[in-house]
Amino acid sequence: MLTLLFDGIAYGMLLFVLAVGLSITLGLMNFINLAHGAFAMMGGYLMVIMFKHFEVPFLLCLPLVFLLVAIAGAVLERTLYRQLYQRTHLDQVLFSIGLAFMSVAAMDYLMGSSQQNLVLPEWLQGRGEVGEGAWNLGFGYYRLFIIAVCACLTIVLQLILSKTRFGSQLRASVDDPTVAAGLGIAVNKVFLLTFAVGSGLAGLGGALGAEILSIEPLFPLKYMIYFLIVVAVGGTSSITGPLLAAVFLGVADVMGKYYIPKLGGFVVYVLMIVILLWRPQGLFSRGGKS
Amino acid sequence: MNSPWTLSDVLAHHKMRWWEYLGVLFALACPWLFSSHAMMLNEIAITALFAVSLDLILGYSGVVSLGHAAFFGWGAYSAGLFAKHINNDPLVGLLFSLVSSGVLGGICSLTILRGSDLTRLMVTLGVSLIGFELANRLSGLTGGADGLQGVLMGPVLGKFEFDLTGQVACIYSVVVALLVMVVLRRLVHSPFGASLMTVRDNRLRAMAIGVSVSKSLMVIYAVSAAVAGLSGALLAQTTGFASLDVFSFERSADVMLMLVIGGVGWLYGGVIGAMVFKLIQDQLSSLTPQYWMFWIGLLLVVLVLVGRDRFLAPFKGGRS
Repeated sequence: MLTLLFDGIAYGMLLFVLAVGLSITLGLMNFINLAHGAFAMMGGYLMVIMFKHFEVPFLLCLPLVFLLVAIAGAVLERTLYRQLYQRTHLDQVLFSIGLAFMSVAAMDYLMGSSQQNLVLPEWLQGRGEVGEGAWNLGFGYYRLFIIAVCACLTIVLQLILSKTRFGSQLRASVDDPTVAAGLGIAVNKVFLLTFAVGSGLAGLGGALGAEILSIEPLFPLKYMIYFLIVVAVGGTSSITGPLLAAVFLGVADVMGKYYIPKLGGFVVYVLMIVILLWRPQGLFSRGGKS
Repeated sequence: MNSPWTLSDVLAHHKMRWWEYLGVLFALACPWLFSSHAMMLNEIAITALFAVSLDLILGYSGVVSLGHAAFFGWGAYSAGLFAKHINNDPLVGLLFSLVSSGVLGGICSLTILRGSDLTRLMVTLGVSLIGFELANRLSGLTGGADGLQGVLMGPVLGKFEFDLTGQVACIYSVVVALLVMVVLRRLVHSPFGASLMTVRDNRLRAMAIGVSVSKSLMVIYAVSAAVAGLSGALLAQTTGFASLDVFSFERSADVMLMLVIGGVGWLYGGVIGAMVFKLIQDQLSSLTPQYWMFWIGLLLVVLVLVGRDRFLAPFKGGRS
């Protein structure tokens, strides 16, 4: 029971890191980016390549992946995404589905359609156990590592958002880009940075999750729905909303698959629809803003 | 839309033009003209009908849906199961799928009335994923991942057996599609169609002039679902098979692409888009079958970047 809860939380934290970039860009520019998973996939593949084939140390891989994917995100933002901020949602959806499709086929071409396996370094393998009987908690070291990293990231993000000058500029731009621009905030630059960091985080999430989630060319489409659930249910106005939504989703998914495996993803989808019917702006939004 | 439309304008628009008659004749002649490609034509007619059904909600009512395959799949499975267990007459089966998909659409329409575009995207996508999961898990009924097999259809109207070359199937699909098109054409050019476009263009103002927004959206969503279900049923009947991919996300995305190629918000967009899409797919996938997805993606990106209205503006008579 506790073990499942633990796995669910690890999975949820991972989903949060993967999706938080999407949540911020959606809130900031009202841009629906269905290709977000492509960045995560890129991170996963980079991780596998660097760690397996070039034998870069595991802990060095993670920041490297983050940087590389963030740069890729920034380039794409400058060249392609920027032109679409003012377009209708339909255009944005079409465009980002197109990008996601291209990334799927390109990965298939470059790396083959088989799933990539990542063999963890030894100090991350193995399991520990605490407690007895009904309160027995078994945990894999790797999941513990994921929770720790994700928790640190969350705290850092929260601090950046609430304490730094950039954070307040970002929040101002989310709330009202026009007025923010009028106050002399370079909204475009804020957005470029946010997009890059968001993509980088997705890449990092993909790299961290390379062992848990399956890294394969279809990744962007397979997990797209999960990212979107996190964002839609969590709302876009804060990062605590998506965090709670992601952990909730992770736990619900792991538990649902364990206790009623016949239903598969069914539980999660029904829950999402019910929640969205009940609170169309997301569970934790301040309301009003769409 | 610059000039105000009056009721008589709306009704005048309803008259068929000469090129529309030509189009109907051409469509009817197709099964004989290209009889060697009957299966392909059959597929084009079905996907065209499916694309038109999406146009009803996307183009005419402004509801962005990523899960229209839910109704297509529902129609396909319900037609297949109906033929297998109850009655294998194609027309009765078609009617059953039409009505059941319409009812399903009516229920689902409750989910798209509130919220932003993102909420709607999620909810429609969720519905199609639930359909996928159901078809996958209820393997006793649907055959699960192997698909629904052993659907044997009776002859159309008691006379015309489906043959191996697919010519009967093709004529059947084309005729059904044309009949539905005529009905839909009447629908979108009726006052109800005009009120739908008002809802799409300015919801607040539509409410102010007394259009019942929720009711219009629910009706058109149900109609659209019924037509989508009908096209799914045609697919299941003419191929004698229904597989999980009728519910897949790719199908919803593909149909959206077709609609965008042909132009959103005029019924023929779906038809043209389906033709172009299927022909390109046929050509490209014989060149690089595995990477066909890359080319669709590229097409989408280019279409959006160039501006999707620009391709068709000359043909649509200035209104968009």
